[in-house]
Amino acid sequence: MSLTERHKKLERNVTLLAVAAFAAVTVGGIVEIAPLFWIDNTVEKVDGMRPYTPLELAGRDIYIREGCYNCHSQMIRPFRDEVERYGHYSLAAESMYDHPFQWGSKRTGPDLARVGNRYSDEWHVQHLIDPRSVVGESIMPPYAFLKDNDLEVSQPSERLATLRNVGVPYTDDDVAKAETDLVAQGDPNVDADDLATRYPKAQIRDFDGDPSRLTEMDALVAYLQMLGTLVDVNGATAQEELAHNLATAQEDKQDNAEEAQQ
Amino acid sequence: MESVLSRAGIWFVLVIAAFLAMAAAQDSGFAIHMGIIMAAALIGLWFTISKPDYSAIARGILRVPADESLYYDDVVRWGVIATVFWGMAGFLAGLFIALQLAYPVLNLGFEYTTFGRLRPLHTSAVIFAFGGNALIATSFYVVQRTCRARLAFPGLARFVFWGYQLFIVLAATGYLLGITQGREYAEPEWYVDLWLTIVWVVYAAVFIGTIVKRSEPHIYVANWFYLAFILTIAMLHIVNNLALPVSLVGSKSYSAFAGVQDALTQWWYGHNAVGFFLTAGFLAMMYYFVPKQAERPIYSYRLSIIHFWSLIFLYIWAGPHHLHYTALPDWAQTLGMVFSIMLWMPSWGGMINGLMTLNGAWDKIRTDPIIRMFVMSLAFYGMSTFEGPMMSIKSVNSLSHYTDWTIGHVHSGALGWNGMITFGAIYFLTPRLWKRSRLYSLRMVNWHFWLATIGIVFYASSMWVAGITQGLMWREYGADGYLVNSFVETVAALHPMYLMRAFGGLLYLSGAVLMVINVWATILGKLREEAPMSDATYDPAADRPLAGRPAEQGA
Repeated sequence: MSLTERHKKLERNVTLLAVAAFAAVTVGGIVEIAPLFWIDNTVEKVDGMRPYTPLELAGRDIYIREGCYNCHSQMIRPFRDEVERYGHYSLAAESMYDHPFQWGSKRTGPDLARVGNRYSDEWHVQHLIDPRSVVGESIMPPYAFLKDNDLEVSQPSERLATLRNVGVPYTDDDVAKAETDLVAQGDPNVDADDLATRYPKAQIRDFDGDPSRLTEMDALVAYLQMLGTLVDVNGATAQEELAHNLATAQEDKQDNAEEAQQ
Repeated sequence: MESVLSRAGIWFVLVIAAFLAMAAAQDSGFAIHMGIIMAAALIGLWFTISKPDYSAIARGILRVPADESLYYDDVVRWGVIATVFWGMAGFLAGLFIALQLAYPVLNLGFEYTTFGRLRPLHTSAVIFAFGGNALIATSFYVVQRTCRARLAFPGLARFVFWGYQLFIVLAATGYLLGITQGREYAEPEWYVDLWLTIVWVVYAAVFIGTIVKRSEPHIYVANWFYLAFILTIAMLHIVNNLALPVSLVGSKSYSAFAGVQDALTQWWYGHNAVGFFLTAGFLAMMYYFVPKQAERPIYSYRLSIIHFWSLIFLYIWAGPHHLHYTALPDWAQTLGMVFSIMLWMPSWGGMINGLMTLNGAWDKIRTDPIIRMFVMSLAFYGMSTFEGPMMSIKSVNSLSHYTDWTIGHVHSGALGWNGMITFGAIYFLTPRLWKRSRLYSLRMVNWHFWLATIGIVFYASSMWVAGITQGLMWREYGADGYLVNSFVETVAALHPMYLMRAFGGLLYLSGAVLMVINVWATILGKLREEAPMSDATYDPAADRPLAGRPAEQGA
């Protein structure tokens, strides 16, 4: 029976056609996506990674709300120029708590994966208020309203609890104290020792230059200042992982070379 | 009576639920959205209770002649109008954000008008509002004709149309209010996603229901593509939008996946939104409108079988090429690249099947501007499905990724392929749906064609130059071994290209304005008096031998 004859069975029966078409479109996704949930280098934890503090998370939610991902990537590729411009290439583990990921697809502005601690808080605040006052030829929109808006996070504890439900390891303590943590990180007058122990490397200070208020600017700058600062890519574990990757790459190369010789 | 009561009851419950959700809302954006839903439900309630003659209203607004054909076309007429309307909105938003990149002062200083919030408005308006309405309207038209059956469930079809418009309004207002999931081309939040899922399931029921009651034994090839588009979009939409809301009365949700898994899920969705929304669905349009307008049968039945199955099977694998050199494992990137290159063949299979359908009717390119639009559309389809596989090659991608080259590529596909074929379909449908002898003006179609084509050339070429410039400047090293350019220098270098791109967009928008006038006048029943497009006129006075100079007496 020719192809067209056999196909006539399908095109006379909408159920068969629908089932066959659906089967055809499911394969690729299953083969490519499913393994990512258990293969080592996509689920492995790297030293230093911790969930976002409530203030960083609020900043991240603002980053998403304003659509920063439309122009900024958070994914440094392993090229010499990118590594020199932005820092060490991004590791899978560094976005393991990112619901959703914010790798981006376009660099109308520079990559932000490791922008943390590269500029002062004052620079960020001024740049967000009026980008062209610090970078003359920038085409970034102004975000002055962030400084005017008080930070209003609805249900901070529920946000952490929701993230815990999708796999971010917040403790009961973290969830319960979300609201006080939120204030403690941005207000120098509040005792933040407890926050600092639960969230290592958390940067605790007033970010927007106005200690009397907690604004959306505080949250966004707190988020920007921690980007890429958690994992010490030159530290022992990270080096181990990198060495492992390098070794596998070299093995592949040797295999290829041997094959070529044969 | 009972059904009226129960339907009114459903609307009433919806009104109350939306009101309660509005009152209990955790954030103002959610409250505004619930207000919009309540208003929509009130309109639905009013329509149900006052029981207006829906067709009569539609006839009044849409100015349709009273004779009802055997097909149910009201919803298609609404769809044509919605397509034109949202097209204008989307093109205008596109031109505006293009100008924002050239002149950042146009961000206007309001939080609602920044590029970051308007760009999703543009992409969703053109893909889902313009493209989506075109797909829904044409699928309802085509499935009836090719099955020789009246649309199954006309009431549900109306629900699909209006429910889809509600989805668009919620999505668009959400972006301006800052309600977004932060996933490209899947920005609407969880409750809008749920609403779209309901609308989509009903859409599938109407479409498949019509196929089931067909009186033709065979299902026509256009319907295979529509079917694959509807099913696959349902799968992609549901999986990619799996998220947990923080509160049932708040807009914020967090994606079920994180990091690498989330990235690949998103680009599996993102690439196949292109593959099934913008390709399979529009190929379905091609398989109906090109042969109808050319009055020729499809070139090859066998080719349509081969390219249909290979296209839908291969497309799904191509997603990882959006994540080359990222933290996604290498094997997945390579799989994505290999399948993307293979995808070139079935894509061109579709192009060849469309173009070769003009066999024996190529002269129509000269005389029929609608055919010209279809041909240009297929040409752009061919170009962008060559460019895509090329850009998916990792070494090319290392230069092109993150740059405007990608934007140029997308637009040669979207403006050229999707736009042109939709314009052609609208010009085909409007006189037929409104029972006019012809379009208001064929010469305006011709102007639209040239404005759009030249606009795309400006757009695509300026973005090629911009993308390659940007990519090369980022990686440029001086003799001293240091990077030559700071980032902002690469931004400043693109300014002229951004101006040229905006100019191309302006041309494209101008062409669409002509379409609005043309469609509007056609609906009103006007006919423009104009010289015919064909210049092969007959002059009897000239149809004779030249007197006094017979050929044999020549020098």
